[in-house]
Amino acid sequence: MDIRLEKLAFNYGKSFVLNGISTRLEPGRIVAVCGPNGAGKSTLIKCINRILPSKGRILLSEKDINTLKMPQISKLLGYVPQDNTQVFSITVFDMVMMGRRPHIGWRSRKEDREKVLDVLEVMGLSHLGLRDFNQLSGGQQQKVIIARALVQEPEVLLLDEPTSSLDLGHQLEVMALMQCLAAEKKMLVVMSVHDLNLAAWYADQILMLKNGQVTCSGTPVEVMTPENILAVYGVVAQVKTEQQRPYVIPLQTARKNEFGIQN
Amino acid sequence: MKQSRLLRNAYLKNRQLKFFIGGTAVVLICLTGGLSLSQGSLEIGFKTVWITLWQMCIKGYNSEDPCQTILMVLRLPRVVMGVLAGFGLGVAGAVFQGVLRNPLASPTTLGVSAAAGLGAALAFVFDIGFAGKNFIVVGNAFVFSMIPALVIFCMARFRQATPEMMILSGIGMFYIFGAVTSMLEFLAAQDALKAMVVWLMGSLSRAKWGEIFVTASVLAISIPIVMWRSWDLNLMGLGDDAAKSLGTNPDKSRLTLMAVASLMTATIICFTGMIGFIGLVSPHICRMFLGADNRMLVPVSGLFGAIFLIVSDLVSRTIIAPVIVPVGIITSCVGGPLFLYLIMTKRKRQW
Repeated sequence: MDIRLEKLAFNYGKSFVLNGISTRLEPGRIVAVCGPNGAGKSTLIKCINRILPSKGRILLSEKDINTLKMPQISKLLGYVPQDNTQVFSITVFDMVMMGRRPHIGWRSRKEDREKVLDVLEVMGLSHLGLRDFNQLSGGQQQKVIIARALVQEPEVLLLDEPTSSLDLGHQLEVMALMQCLAAEKKMLVVMSVHDLNLAAWYADQILMLKNGQVTCSGTPVEVMTPENILAVYGVVAQVKTEQQRPYVIPLQTARKNEFGIQN
Repeated sequence: MKQSRLLRNAYLKNRQLKFFIGGTAVVLICLTGGLSLSQGSLEIGFKTVWITLWQMCIKGYNSEDPCQTILMVLRLPRVVMGVLAGFGLGVAGAVFQGVLRNPLASPTTLGVSAAAGLGAALAFVFDIGFAGKNFIVVGNAFVFSMIPALVIFCMARFRQATPEMMILSGIGMFYIFGAVTSMLEFLAAQDALKAMVVWLMGSLSRAKWGEIFVTASVLAISIPIVMWRSWDLNLMGLGDDAAKSLGTNPDKSRLTLMAVASLMTATIICFTGMIGFIGLVSPHICRMFLGADNRMLVPVSGLFGAIFLIVSDLVSRTIIAPVIVPVGIITSCVGGPLFLYLIMTKRKRQW
């Protein structure tokens, strides 16, 4: 399923968090949304599946999202939020089972149970099945939430900074999983990422946001240039190429800080 | 594959255990209820109680039989009201906690009880009320106890209140209503003061079949709504964004569930007075054994609340018989230590 955004805008009162975003996201690809803090990355992700009400048009396979009801949207778009703190204890199994909600009525059926078991198996979480979600490590928790989104059987996966609290090993594991989902299941994976090198290494398309607008968009090689990084982040950086993928070495900030010291 | 099979078995076993706990709770209600019916100034055997009840069911009520009269007029209303009130408060507590994502949420901390208390106090001291003479206390308590719900509604509607704002405003109202009630207590004449204090402590003695009928009707409407929405309650526990992404509308569900839970609490409190602690403790204790799946937690929390209230009532009638201690005192006295014990011994990070 492809997604088209047309002049997407979102505002709190007079301040626009997103301002006129138009782009096309195609299936089978990983799209990384990058940009500085407050650029509107998370907001964009939340607008795509209508968690936040936005202006402009969102077309899912040429169908306006406003013609769909919430349960219908949740069958198409899976979402992995950034913050997953739980107040009350809940087992990993029950947590993943929540992902079946869009497909079932009040009772969970046997096939739903089997689907949850399958996903847990694939994600290597079976041995944690009856553990309390709150007692898991950050990396395990993130995998559980991704499992919950997968058991939704969506065509698009939206992830809000899925790697920000993970160690290097877990970061690569999550990204490799996304690559696999995009390549084999032809899913569209849209994620906001802070780490430019992670984005450059895995993404097929990068959207660079600043002040709620797309500054540049394209393949990693097109987007990750010293000029763009200076313009968006205010950072002087060197960009090298490794296996046809760019990687960024940040050198110094171009902004003067309040002490008047520039590195 | 082996891991997966192990998990399936463990999960199924776990589920069986949950149903077993639910079943046990139902049996316990019958046992404690029967025991409570048999106790009193005229001792009726546990077995006789059930035989008499059975006879009343099949042959109809015979007012000549002293046993049947005692049960029908004196003891049965108490116990039935105890079951209904305990069940309703247990369910309402679970709903409040789930909706507000806060382990402190209960009818007391949301100001519902305090508001009902103020309504009743106004009736006792100044004789001002919304309803006719016989129902002035009940009517006031009911109308007032809907005020916190209304305030929270308006906040949600016009100020996009978060769960935190809701519970904080509840605590604010708790203090306001409490202060005004204290003021009235301070000003009240001797006999009005006594009546008021006793009412505030909560008791099942005031229950008659009419009140029971009203309570039962409200519960009969509310419980199915809550059960139907228990999935939404689960999803809301994940946070609003995740809940929306899984196809539910948390704002709408929150309003519906808060309204239903408030209605249940108001109906019960206006007939029984303030019975504290059940709404807070019952969901917690059940969550320790069942986990946080509200499809199971909500009904079992209700069952546990019912057992808890029947037992407390039994204790309140027998501890210094023939004096009947207000049951609200007992629920806190029995429940408090039990709760503390469980918090300290059960594993951490439960809530």
